[in-house]
Amino acid sequence: MFVLAEMKHVIRTPPWKFNVKLTDAIAEELNKKLANKVVLNVGLCIALFDIIHMEDSFIFPGDGAAHTKVRFRYVVFRPFLEEVLVGKIRCCSPEGVHVTLGFFDDIIIPPSALQHPSRFDETEQVWVWEYDTGADGEKHDLFMDAGEPIRFRITAESFTETSPSGPEAPDAGTSTDSAKPEHKIPYTLTGGISESGLGLLSWWTS
Amino acid sequence: METINPNAAMLSNYEIPSFPLQVLALLQELKSQQKKNRTARNSPLATIIYEATRYLQDSPCKLQTADHVHTFLTALKEFKLTKAEKLMLLNNPPSTPLEIQVMVEESEERFTEEEVETLLQTIQNILPATQKEEEEDMEN
Repeated sequence: MFVLAEMKHVIRTPPWKFNVKLTDAIAEELNKKLANKVVLNVGLCIALFDIIHMEDSFIFPGDGAAHTKVRFRYVVFRPFLEEVLVGKIRCCSPEGVHVTLGFFDDIIIPPSALQHPSRFDETEQVWVWEYDTGADGEKHDLFMDAGEPIRFRITAESFTETSPSGPEAPDAGTSTDSAKPEHKIPYTLTGGISESGLGLLSWWTS
Repeated sequence: METINPNAAMLSNYEIPSFPLQVLALLQELKSQQKKNRTARNSPLATIIYEATRYLQDSPCKLQTADHVHTFLTALKEFKLTKAEKLMLLNNPPSTPLEIQVMVEESEERFTEEEVETLLQTIQNILPATQKEEEEDMEN
């Protein structure tokens, strides 16, 4: 579920950090810049792994800061397709079951990928698996309550460009603008539990 | 910024918790820095490390050590599993044949029932987490 991504970037080290060791200053800058952010087509960045290579630093006219080109590796959350993960149910909605991993919330299991047959209970606001016990067509309702640990398979991933698109949208905010009603999700995972062995952990124990 | 290789290496969950452990020292350093200057507070790094560590503390890998991972991978050589499959088995050690079936593609055609049993046995013998779960089951 975690991978290392190799990237390069020019890091600006402001003069008041010249007393710190350059590698430390750069590591701090990189963590400040990338940690807990989604990079398009890379994944959710967790923390700096190591710095592979650093070129000489430059000082440009009019700016006292040092600019250093670095190649580094970053720990990134990006499960591969078909990977089986264990998470917790965040909530259920008519769109499906929302799963959280604690540090990553944008996982959805659409109704079509739930165990068959499933129905959405409007009063309880939960998805229910109508498990067929096999005896006389009797059905056993298995509720998918929030907070339950769930095992699921990643079936799809999608990245959305969240940076402002241009003058057409004059008030388009940055990706950090979560207060906006039309808040774009940069990285969504789609899961599936329509196989035996997948679903709530409690369904399959013993 | 430029991405050279978005998938340079796959990490097992084990590597991540040991990694924040290194970062924990860094975090504590950051915290002491935060006391000096208040800018570093609410840093995204602190948030993500806290949340990721909390997730991984609940997962079976918190008991794994480098030795476990090494013996595990050596023992699994004979089963001819793909890297991804081994990674999943390592991150969420299975305890039932059903879980193997979920994680290993076409396991029914690739393995006989006995082989699945030996695989389960191997996993349970080597990795500490599954053993602990069993003990918990026994206590319950």
